[in-house]
Amino acid sequence: MHSMFNRVHRLALGLGVLATALGPYGAVTAKDSIDVGVVAFLSGPAAGPFGVPGKNGAELVIDAINAGTLPAPYDTAGFAGATLNPIHIDESGGNAKQVAEYRNLVEKQGVDAVIGYISSGTCLAVTPVAEELKKLTILSVCGTPRIFEDGDWTHIFRTQAHAVGDSIAAALYVRDNFGDVAGYTGINQNYAWGQDSWKSFSLAMGHFVPKAEVSSTPQFPKIFAGQYGTEISTLALDDAELVHSSFWDGDIEAFVVQAKVRGFFDNKQFLSTVGASAIDSLGSEFPDGTIIGTRGEIGILVREKSGPLNTWFVNAYRERYGAWPLGPSYQYAQAVLALKIAMDKAARDHGGFPTQDQVIAAMKGLSFETFAGRIELALGNGHQAVHPVGYGITRWNDETGEPEVTNITFYPSKCIYPPAGKPSLDWLAEGMPGSDC
Amino acid sequence: MQTIVAVLIDGLSYSSYLFIVSVGLTIIFGVMKILNVAHGSFYAWGAYAAAYFIGLFHGMGFPHWFGFVLIAVSAVAVGAIIGLAIERIILRKMYEHEEVHILLATFGVFLILEDVILLVFGVNPYFAYQPMALLGSVKIAGVTRDVYSLTLIGLAIVIALACWLCLARSKWGKILKVVIFDREIGLAMGINVNAVYVYTFVAGAMLGALGGAAIAPTLSVSPGIGIDVIVLSFAVVVIGGMGSIAGAIIGALMVGLLRATAVHFVPELELFVIFAVMAAVLMVRPEGLFAPARARRI
Repeated sequence: MHSMFNRVHRLALGLGVLATALGPYGAVTAKDSIDVGVVAFLSGPAAGPFGVPGKNGAELVIDAINAGTLPAPYDTAGFAGATLNPIHIDESGGNAKQVAEYRNLVEKQGVDAVIGYISSGTCLAVTPVAEELKKLTILSVCGTPRIFEDGDWTHIFRTQAHAVGDSIAAALYVRDNFGDVAGYTGINQNYAWGQDSWKSFSLAMGHFVPKAEVSSTPQFPKIFAGQYGTEISTLALDDAELVHSSFWDGDIEAFVVQAKVRGFFDNKQFLSTVGASAIDSLGSEFPDGTIIGTRGEIGILVREKSGPLNTWFVNAYRERYGAWPLGPSYQYAQAVLALKIAMDKAARDHGGFPTQDQVIAAMKGLSFETFAGRIELALGNGHQAVHPVGYGITRWNDETGEPEVTNITFYPSKCIYPPAGKPSLDWLAEGMPGSDC
Repeated sequence: MQTIVAVLIDGLSYSSYLFIVSVGLTIIFGVMKILNVAHGSFYAWGAYAAAYFIGLFHGMGFPHWFGFVLIAVSAVAVGAIIGLAIERIILRKMYEHEEVHILLATFGVFLILEDVILLVFGVNPYFAYQPMALLGSVKIAGVTRDVYSLTLIGLAIVIALACWLCLARSKWGKILKVVIFDREIGLAMGINVNAVYVYTFVAGAMLGALGGAAIAPTLSVSPGIGIDVIVLSFAVVVIGGMGSIAGAIIGALMVGLLRATAVHFVPELELFVIFAVMAAVLMVRPEGLFAPARARRI
């Protein structure tokens, strides 16, 4: 009896060792749930206009997918059948803190994936760490093109197109609607996002509106500076009639409030590539006639767009949070959709709950339907999204008591992004060869 | 010429803002020798209180001018409630500790108050632009200016004069000078030093809150607004000399005018000039340009 117990014990032990050894290569046991870190600004100036709407968007779609109540093609319950448990992390506190938070998520909490990141600075800091820890990470909002143009990553995806497309689409909109503009200047935040946005916009304007002169004193105040009196004076004294800005968070709101009372928008054509959140927060105080973008088929530009997915998203969001979904709400929700579709596809392809490598293989080069459009992971070796980018003109509607955007034009991705493997700024500097505009 | 006038007005306007937010910091340090990191929280709470109440009363149909009353009331209320609470609950128990310990305590208070703001006001921004809209704009040397920002120059002058009168021409000022000179001598002379500390800290807190409340109509009042302010305030008082009102005026003027010049002519150097001046002053005169004379203890 004792010897038989020993044999069984040894057999069980041997099978255990074998299973452990084969673990990463063998089939993964079906899971009831997966844990996913969702990182967004939950405090600080970016929380209100970006972080919390982003978290809400992710939360809404995660709950709907877990319950199987999202419209087709996402109407199957769960992520490869598993329920997703989000672990919400605050993105504020600087890059060092975010790297520590990321390591904590992966190494201590053992998450299955990480979704999020709004700031380009945070994305640049976290990306190499995510690759080092070999954890699937889907960047949802940040816009710097450097992520996939300066590196080749296996575990990182970005479901938001990079900022160069925003700038090119902005220049195209100026060409198509304000083609006689004689000069332009800008006010952008003094870090990766602001500097990159201004540089790519200037290059695109040189291509599409070559006779427009660029100002010698574009402004680069510190992010979250809050006080822009001096910058507004400088811009007002500048002969340039068009003012480009990639301000986001509370900065766009403070700038608009301070500039409006000085009659700034009566004399300048303001172009805001990503300030749409301020349209809702400022209401009728937001200046009519502003050229506004939302970095994709998201936010106020597609608010009224029909279709089962968009109608569901807008209505469900308004019902749950009492507000319109903003651009970041869409962006975070889209990252969740990408995870769902890749996990489901990998599970179908491999006949069981997928490994991380199988999910990554399924996500690579993915093209998927979003709430109001389509996203293709066409750049960065199949890891970086492209999608159309649109602009329109703001107007306050007294009858509805709501802001609206008119004269909307979306520019297709084949027009505003470089071919795969070509660095964006080089492509812009060369005159955008191969662009289909 | 137009640009020079613009630089002067922009510089003075920004200097006024800097002086209003930093004078409370320098007063508290001058009397109590406390480097109060929580000063940024007074600013933030003042801004939130003003923005909240201006929005509330505006929604109830009160006239726009009532916003100015609310700015003053918010500053006094925030300074009195939060300042008094911090002094009585935390600082009073720490006066015998080393200065660095008190600094860390105020840093802790700052972090706590930042989170309490999130709990009380949430993450969405507040706007209180009605007072600024009421005053409208005026054209000076070809540039349209909002009158509200120009009134901040007047407010800064009023605060500076009030501080000077209080310190140089009142009995209270003489008492303060004794306590600044030597706390023990003050005690020996029968001065209630604890009461002096309470009044000083609350007054400093009110000035910090007044800075936030006064600037709120020009801002998107959102979480984290107190962080940058504390950095700029430190730059101003370090340049001028910790504890010196005149130093705060000169520091604010130097930073404001140099920054405005940089923004108009070399925008890339906007931040550089502020901290370059601070570094230069620290190298040449580490105690700041107008640091008060220190008593020699035997």
